[in-house]
Amino acid sequence: MADESETKITFRRGAPVKPEKIKGLFTGLALTLRTMLSKNQVVQYPHEKEVPVPRARGVIGLNEDNCTACMLCARECPDWCIYIEGHKEKRPPRREGGKPRTVQILNRFDIDYGLCMYCGICVEVCPFDALHWSPEYEYSELKVANLLHDKERLGHWETTKPAQPGYEKGSEMKGAKK
Amino acid sequence: MWDALQAADWLAVKLIALSFIVLTSAYVLGFGFLKILAHMQHRVGPMEAGRYHGVAQLMADALKFMQKEDIVPAKADRWVFLLAPGLVLGATILVTMTIPFGPAWDFVNLDVQVFVALAVSSLGTVGVLMAGWSSANKYSLMGGFRAVGQLLAYELPLVLSVVGVVIMAGSMNLHDIVMAQSGFGLFGTGITIPYFVPQAVAFGMFLIAAQAEMSQAPFDMPFAESELVAGYATEYSGFRYLFFFLSEFASNFAMAALGSVLFLGGYSYVLPGVALADFNLPTFWENFIGAGILLGKIGLLYFLFMWARSTYPRLREDQLQKFAWKYLIPVGLVNIGVTGILKVVA
Repeated sequence: MADESETKITFRRGAPVKPEKIKGLFTGLALTLRTMLSKNQVVQYPHEKEVPVPRARGVIGLNEDNCTACMLCARECPDWCIYIEGHKEKRPPRREGGKPRTVQILNRFDIDYGLCMYCGICVEVCPFDALHWSPEYEYSELKVANLLHDKERLGHWETTKPAQPGYEKGSEMKGAKK
Repeated sequence: MWDALQAADWLAVKLIALSFIVLTSAYVLGFGFLKILAHMQHRVGPMEAGRYHGVAQLMADALKFMQKEDIVPAKADRWVFLLAPGLVLGATILVTMTIPFGPAWDFVNLDVQVFVALAVSSLGTVGVLMAGWSSANKYSLMGGFRAVGQLLAYELPLVLSVVGVVIMAGSMNLHDIVMAQSGFGLFGTGITIPYFVPQAVAFGMFLIAAQAEMSQAPFDMPFAESELVAGYATEYSGFRYLFFFLSEFASNFAMAALGSVLFLGGYSYVLPGVALADFNLPTFWENFIGAGILLGKIGLLYFLFMWARSTYPRLREDQLQKFAWKYLIPVGLVNIGVTGILKVVA
């Protein structure tokens, strides 16, 4: 109790009322009124769709023909959300009497979007341009298991990727591929 | 016998009309609150319920509240706890009762009507204290104390601002005040103007004090969601919480109505030189048009309240008290003195 009686309550004098403070009150009012009268940018999502920018990281599409099942993407994935299974098959030789060719056949290529964190490392690392970003974003599911997209579904996403914008002016001279 | 029956009949009609006005106004203003605040914060507010811009949102909210369990805390003072929301809403209904909506549309017509309006408006304070005290919750208790301290502190500026109007009109009857404003020429000229011009100081005080009486944003310490959960309404759920919710918007309506009757010329004044009373319409139509004029003015004042609410952050509790006692009340006293002197001299 002794401590409490020694506690001294001091009152600080409030800051003096300056003209700027009064002016500030009206500045605030003007701001909210301006906001109210300005055009609203809200998009009513289910009724009207938002158009994402072409390079938005919506979903990753797979070009199956380009994939050689090299597993680089699966290994580089920080979440380990890419599952690849493949096998080798013999194909007839190109020339008469030649050795039969060996090709990689993709059995399974799944991306688990329940795990994916959209870092895009798989797209970056693919040496054969088999993976691409697409701006599509409407693929929510009622069950988590359905977020595992198989290679048919990823192939569908590949069809939604935006057209390549073309090379920069003068890039031909550096020997970029056409 | 017949007189008694007729009187009882009128009373029933009036009660039904009153509850209709309170509920409808609370709904409309509550929806206006959602939309005005949303647009001022660059949102659009409710858009889904009721197809057209979410007009049925509050109905859905009310239905939700009704489904909730009516919880009374184990340590709460049961009867006081249960009665408090009804008392708060009842006080609001009583304030609405004193508003004249047209030349012949009023619920009561007393010589001291302003006095009655201000007296019953402070009745809700008791309900708020009951709610805060009986909840057996420290947040509720703090909220109740803050609410009572605030309502008492701002009741005075409210009364003082109204006194200026009463001096100018020379009457405490709201009908007389309305008619006096329709015939008031500004500074001896023939331009009629309501009292918000000659009583500009009182009008500003009234707006600030009304904002505080309604516990709205710069003065919303009794609720103060970042400090006190929900203030005195913390322990309430379901229907009883809905009562607090309703009374908040119904009291907005009552305060805006009182302000437009006292300062904006009520149901009569339209434009300088144009008043409803000049047209000599049948009383029946005068009532309808007068109510429309009054509702327009209420909407205007309500927008001012909401504008301030969405713009200013909450004051600190001691700043709130200091503002009332050190600034508003002295200014109000000076205003009364000046008004009285001018009334006698001019």
